[in-house]
Amino acid sequence: MIPFEYHRASSVQDAVTAVADRPDAVFLAGGTNLVDHMKLGVVEAGLVVDVGHLPLNDVDRLPDGTLRVGADVRNSDLAAHPIVRSHYPVLARALLSAASGQLRNLATTAGNLLQRTRCVYFQDVTTPCNKRTPGSGCSAIGGYTRYHAILGASGHCIAVHPSDMAVAMAALDAHVVYVDADGEHRMPLSDFYRLPGDRPDRDTTLPAGALITAVEIPPPPDGARSTYRKVRDRASYAFALTSVAAELVLDSGTGSVAGARIALGGVAHMPWRAHLAEQALIGESATEDTFRRAADAELAQAEPVQGNEFKVELTKRAIVATLNGLAEGRQR
Amino acid sequence: MESAHFTELTLHVDGTEHTLRVDNRTTLLDLLREHLGVTAPKKGCDHGQCGSCTVLLDGRRATSCLAFAAAHNGAEVITSAGLGDADALHPVAQAFLDHDGFQCGYCTPGQICSAVGMLDEVKSGTPSHVTDDLERSVELTDAEIRERMSGNLCRCAAYPNIVDAIHKAAR
Repeated sequence: MIPFEYHRASSVQDAVTAVADRPDAVFLAGGTNLVDHMKLGVVEAGLVVDVGHLPLNDVDRLPDGTLRVGADVRNSDLAAHPIVRSHYPVLARALLSAASGQLRNLATTAGNLLQRTRCVYFQDVTTPCNKRTPGSGCSAIGGYTRYHAILGASGHCIAVHPSDMAVAMAALDAHVVYVDADGEHRMPLSDFYRLPGDRPDRDTTLPAGALITAVEIPPPPDGARSTYRKVRDRASYAFALTSVAAELVLDSGTGSVAGARIALGGVAHMPWRAHLAEQALIGESATEDTFRRAADAELAQAEPVQGNEFKVELTKRAIVATLNGLAEGRQR
Repeated sequence: MESAHFTELTLHVDGTEHTLRVDNRTTLLDLLREHLGVTAPKKGCDHGQCGSCTVLLDGRRATSCLAFAAAHNGAEVITSAGLGDADALHPVAQAFLDHDGFQCGYCTPGQICSAVGMLDEVKSGTPSHVTDDLERSVELTDAEIRERMSGNLCRCAAYPNIVDAIHKAAR
């Protein structure tokens, strides 16, 4: 690790000012990904600006029902929050499925959104990686691809975004609130993340030097039922091979699908909002056949690579199983 | 030595206040072990994956290997050495003894701190990945203990006895 200056930000404005004109600066909050990457040499920071002590710790319900989650709210606290547990179970379950108890106590909302891929080649600085060094090549293609993308990848990068929380937030149409030199802005989470294209070094569209201050989640529709299903090689403390964040609203009269929001994790460079699956569900009966057709519709565009072909069928089955559970009114 | 790369900080460790000046790269784990001689928390993986470095940081269990000491100036740190003492073991430590919850003992300090933190989380009603109903209070089953302790690896596989010990300590 290279030596660095440490500055504890006294305010949001101070944090933004501190990193301006310092391309070697990083923001630190929980540190559960950043400190690891600094140890691995993936990140070389000359200035660490600690934003973990700013007054960004609140979870507030705004007058219109929007849930505003402060950037520094710990993952464990967000998962345990009564409003999240009752109104957004998909979010609580996504958070609880992630990492370990110790890590959830340190990790923050903004840090979780900004965490970087766990691709083994990205994290090994001795291997070529277009995400670390554009143009150097992708070591994953033709290598160990079990945890890599089947959707939206490119010949430059097949890495996946590792967050579970972000998948739930994508399904919930969250917005990211951030501050830069021009003041406060917000953008939909769907615009926040990028597909790799030919610039896999850019995970997000967050402007350089901007500080995320909150995430805003609109109120759920009446009658919504939601959950998160994570499929992985171990029962706990492992990243997803594939995951499904799903919310259904069933028509109280006919029982057919009145609303559906679905996002997939572990399969793409960003949380993958399954728009084609959603469209295939609306107005249809809430049966397994319907769910299977919706999964087929979404995964028709899948482009697995050698070593992760299994993930296409696995994802379809995960979608079906998740929707079956919601339709039957099961808790999980 | 570039002074901009160092920070003077104060930490309260196992009931004792320490003030020292460290390289900003120093993790909380290395500060405890190398600078203060508090060797209870162990360095297993140094990447936040094994849990043997678990301490109670401002009352909550945390992986000390991924915390920069400079970022926790003023914090209260409790290691397994600070839980009870040799004459009066903490109930969790006593339970690990009573139920043979260790073999080589390397993961044990982290297991004990993690269990103490975990039991506090259960008491405050925090659900887990295996909790069926997110809105009801938690019943500490085997499955709940295993899930909540999944961040602490034990290569000797003392897991069954660790679970027994935690059941005992929870009562």
